[in-house]
Amino acid sequence: MHSPTFQELKKNLKKDFSGLNKIKVAVLGDSATQLYVQAIRGYGYEIGVSFEILEADYDQIERQIYDPASELFEFSPEFIIIFYSTNKLLKTFVNLSNSEKSTFTKFQIEKFKNLYISILSSISCKILFFNFTELNDSVFGNYANKTDVSFIYQLRFINFELMNLALQLKNFFIIDANILQSQYGHKFITDNNIYINTELLFSIDFLPIIAKNTLDIIQSINGRFNKCLILDLDNTLWGGIIGDDGIENIQIGDLGIGKVFSELQLWIKQLKQRGIILAICSKNDEEKAKDPFEKHPDMILRLEDIAVFIANWNNKADNIRHIQNILNISFDSMVFLDDSPFERDLVRTHIPDIKVPELPVDPADYLNYLRTLNLFETASFTEEDEQRTIQYQEEAKRSIIQQQFTNERDYLKSLEMVSMVEPFNTFNIPRVSQLSQRSNQFNLRTIRYSEEDVKKIAYNKDYQTFAFSLRDKFGDYGLISLVICNKIGYQTLFIDTWIMSCRVLKRYMENFTLNILVQKAKESCITELQGEYLPTVKNKIVKDHYQNLGFIFKENIWRLSIMTYIEKPCFIKLKSKL
Amino acid sequence: MGENELLNQVNKIFIDVLDNEDIILTKNTTAKDVTEWDSLTHIQLIVAIEKHFKIRFISSEIRNWKNVGEMCLCIANKLNK
Repeated sequence: MHSPTFQELKKNLKKDFSGLNKIKVAVLGDSATQLYVQAIRGYGYEIGVSFEILEADYDQIERQIYDPASELFEFSPEFIIIFYSTNKLLKTFVNLSNSEKSTFTKFQIEKFKNLYISILSSISCKILFFNFTELNDSVFGNYANKTDVSFIYQLRFINFELMNLALQLKNFFIIDANILQSQYGHKFITDNNIYINTELLFSIDFLPIIAKNTLDIIQSINGRFNKCLILDLDNTLWGGIIGDDGIENIQIGDLGIGKVFSELQLWIKQLKQRGIILAICSKNDEEKAKDPFEKHPDMILRLEDIAVFIANWNNKADNIRHIQNILNISFDSMVFLDDSPFERDLVRTHIPDIKVPELPVDPADYLNYLRTLNLFETASFTEEDEQRTIQYQEEAKRSIIQQQFTNERDYLKSLEMVSMVEPFNTFNIPRVSQLSQRSNQFNLRTIRYSEEDVKKIAYNKDYQTFAFSLRDKFGDYGLISLVICNKIGYQTLFIDTWIMSCRVLKRYMENFTLNILVQKAKESCITELQGEYLPTVKNKIVKDHYQNLGFIFKENIWRLSIMTYIEKPCFIKLKSKL
Repeated sequence: MGENELLNQVNKIFIDVLDNEDIILTKNTTAKDVTEWDSLTHIQLIVAIEKHFKIRFISSEIRNWKNVGEMCLCIANKLNK
């Protein structure tokens, strides 16, 4: 993983952006934002995105937003970045009376909320809002904490209320500039002689960091984020070598530099609780490698935290491919941690898409370094995220059983699969939206729907919606597939969205789904189902989806006649709530 | 460091930051003579020069040079202190 300099990002601007995925972004700021914009576009090249950026003129935030005929609305961006600076905030603040100062936050937050409402009433987009970097104005000293007329009190209050605003407003996201300042320091992120001459707030060296942070948010909203952390064991999760030193001598807890590894494990445990899948990939005898997870009193990670545990003497790239096979998520959503430069290099060479942090030499620096990388950005959090490890452990068991059946049908029958089908409702809407945001591979048209969008569709009579859950004898997959049909003619249904989680590939779930769609279509006197495949870089696995299901391609659309449809074979029982 | 050597090093920084191999600086070169040299790239040049020579310009210096010669003189003064 390479951290580019601003100079390198700038050189990217001359490269060929054609063929890259396009994203439209508007940047509105009350300070000079030109270099920030260059850094975003340059960083876009690094991650394969061509950002088309509208940069509003200096200090035009309100005009752009309150003028319905402004360039902003004409441009119609997917993301709007709003950047009010602490310096300007202070300028406003100092001119106020004491009573105005004490209600400053309420006033500012009201203003920010109105901006949001005004934008969202005209266009549908996501707002990324900079919070305020802290500034010691040195007027009250430490007493600033004890009076609400101090700038520091109000500044911190605004940052806090911005978080509350983000809780409340679905499409409002915070760019946490303040936490970056506490990570890198005020001195590093600003350059006074440059600010005085140009109104550019950030130092050249900070620009790549703030640009990356911005893009992390955009990417995660668009469903591109890391889902799995693969860990080496010896000298990565504990100090020492289990095979040589034995369980009583590995460094974890109070022994040697064990604290380093305890803290690292605590962090990893929290990631797991947040829904990151953990896997082990270690050169060890399996039994010895598992020993500390079961018996060592100071280990924080336990076997039940690990979705896939691989310890053998094969090459690590092959083992990671095996893990990928079981988990069925793409390599570019995986992170691999290993203290050995040799192993890191080998994995990087054979699996270029996987992220491999260049761990520092001193384990004491591991955790701080990893935290600066912002590896686990996310755009949502639901209760299901917490259950994910269990689901993947069940999957690992299934893959062992599968090897015992030579006949696929016998295997599928033995799974005793049951699917529940429901229209979208209050309970499943968050998960439906999450699936729509996150699924890249089995996704026919890759249209992303927010919770708001899903709600609108659920209550629109012209739409039929289907949410499919699946369970088998090993466990519950939860909601794994969704279909949105749009009635476009008297007797025609268009499949606007067909998404399935790749965890249930090869279960004939798509056959089952189509059987249900046809059955419902018949009930509403539909004679034709229409489908469309919109190709993206990631959805090649469904290229022939409609063809395989017996649709005929005519006049640029895939068509299926309901009358002549013969029910497709599948091994899934229906439990309906339609 | 001699005058020519200093100019030479500054020239290299210009080539690198402005991404243009053809830049040849003289003492009399001004921003008008180099296409890519505008107020924004000026900032990058300043930062690159500060890093390279391990010096720090004060705010008023940054805006007062009339040409590359004055800029080099300013650098030389700081290096000789």
